[in-house]
Amino acid sequence: MHNEENEKVVKIRGLKKSFDENHVLMGVDLDLYKGENLVVLGKSGSGKSVLIKIMVGLLTQDEGDIEILGKNTAGLSLKEFNKLRLKIGFSFQHSALYDSMTVKENLVFPLTRNIKGLTRKEIDKKVDELLDAVGLPQSVNQMPSELSGGQKKRIGVARTLILNPEIMLYDEPTAGLDPITCGDINKLITQVREQFNTSSIVITHDLTCAKATGDRMAVLLDGQFKAVGTFEEVFNNASDQRVKSFYDYNFIK
Amino acid sequence: MPGISNENKPLISKKIDRFFIGLASAFSFVKRFFQEAFKPPFEFREIMRQSYEIGYRSLPLISLTGFIVGIVFTNQSRPSLTEFGATSWLPALISIAVVRAMGPLVTALIAAGKVGSSIGAEIGSMKVTEQIDAMEVSAINPFKYLVVTRTVATTFMIPILVMYTDFVALMGSFLSVNANELVSLSTFFVQVFEAISFLDLFSSIIKSLVFGFTIGIVGCYKGYNSSKGTEGVGKAANASVVMAMFLIFIEELLFLQIVNAIRYA
Repeated sequence: MHNEENEKVVKIRGLKKSFDENHVLMGVDLDLYKGENLVVLGKSGSGKSVLIKIMVGLLTQDEGDIEILGKNTAGLSLKEFNKLRLKIGFSFQHSALYDSMTVKENLVFPLTRNIKGLTRKEIDKKVDELLDAVGLPQSVNQMPSELSGGQKKRIGVARTLILNPEIMLYDEPTAGLDPITCGDINKLITQVREQFNTSSIVITHDLTCAKATGDRMAVLLDGQFKAVGTFEEVFNNASDQRVKSFYDYNFIK
Repeated sequence: MPGISNENKPLISKKIDRFFIGLASAFSFVKRFFQEAFKPPFEFREIMRQSYEIGYRSLPLISLTGFIVGIVFTNQSRPSLTEFGATSWLPALISIAVVRAMGPLVTALIAAGKVGSSIGAEIGSMKVTEQIDAMEVSAINPFKYLVVTRTVATTFMIPILVMYTDFVALMGSFLSVNANELVSLSTFFVQVFEAISFLDLFSSIIKSLVFGFTIGIVGCYKGYNSSKGTEGVGKAANASVVMAMFLIFIEELLFLQIVNAIRYA
């Protein structure tokens, strides 16, 4: 899918993060290439979500460099970092929809806050386009409490796409969903990449999701990536017993 | 490097350390409020919405409480004044009590319970469900949108509610005075305004502004710093009420000292 000449949109080097005595990330290196879907795998508590939360500034690293779209995040002012944030879409594990707003208001809120001078017609058009893209045009006036888990995830993705991000970060996109809805979400992740030309990092421990959505896999164990490559490369030739057992637990042999 | 680390050893004791860390965190929260409040863009629309929620929706409870306070205080004061043949002082006594202390205090305590708890629970729930994080990653300043708007709204709505409570309490008092002493409305209010000074009104408004700020900032602080989980939301709501009420009483005491010092200087 990629070669070294492809543009790197994310470059992480020597990333470390600890919470008191709990060393979660211990020198993580990671590259995300333009247009690829990279899946970060790991068991619960291994630091997968911490990694992407550091990327968007929800957490700060103890050490290490993060370069996103050619900009080192460490040297940016809040204003510059916010500009960069607009190019990164973050889909939360539990969707994080604003529960006092309708679906439409959820989408319009980040749009009108960041892009001034849009007419009502332009806003409506954009909302309709995105709800169509995620397959929920009828939910425009619904409240988040009226949506199912899968629908919430879709609206969460639509809300991040409204700002035309170049990079999408999905935090456990299929967690807590039934297998059929998981399949729909996996298709949506692939469709978003094709339709909106995004590069993505998908955080998951679900190998079905990983296989369906990822071009490359990276397995996070003991705070470091132990195996990086295509699905086959990672799991067929896994030398680390824990990587192998990860596969065995997901696809019972 | 292996060995005994002193990093996590408390400076004084764990409890005292935690108290001072909490105090520093509260001060930096208040400092951030003042930094953000005067920096554009200003969230006028959200401030208006919050003012409506805080002010208009509190009216029924405030009306009932104010009215009852007026009647009860008048009826309780009457026997003592009757002993001295001074029932004609009732309007003056009630007006001083209501304007100087009871109006602001009763309004602030009710608002701390109703508004403070709802702010604490709402922001706490937004924190727990990552809605605040969602704002941040969309380059929206959640502090400005959630904390500044609510605190500004409570700061300016509580004085308005206090004036309304004063009026309703005085009306309650008038009904009682009218029924027993046959005093007309105009006579009652002439006596009311003769008894209160500019200092009473001014200090009452300033005090109400401070009470309003306290209710807003405490609710926001407790919600914004709530721990994860639904239990944290409940704790944030509860702590908002308890802390706001505690601070309101302390502030009331301080204001009393300051105003008396000015009055009798």
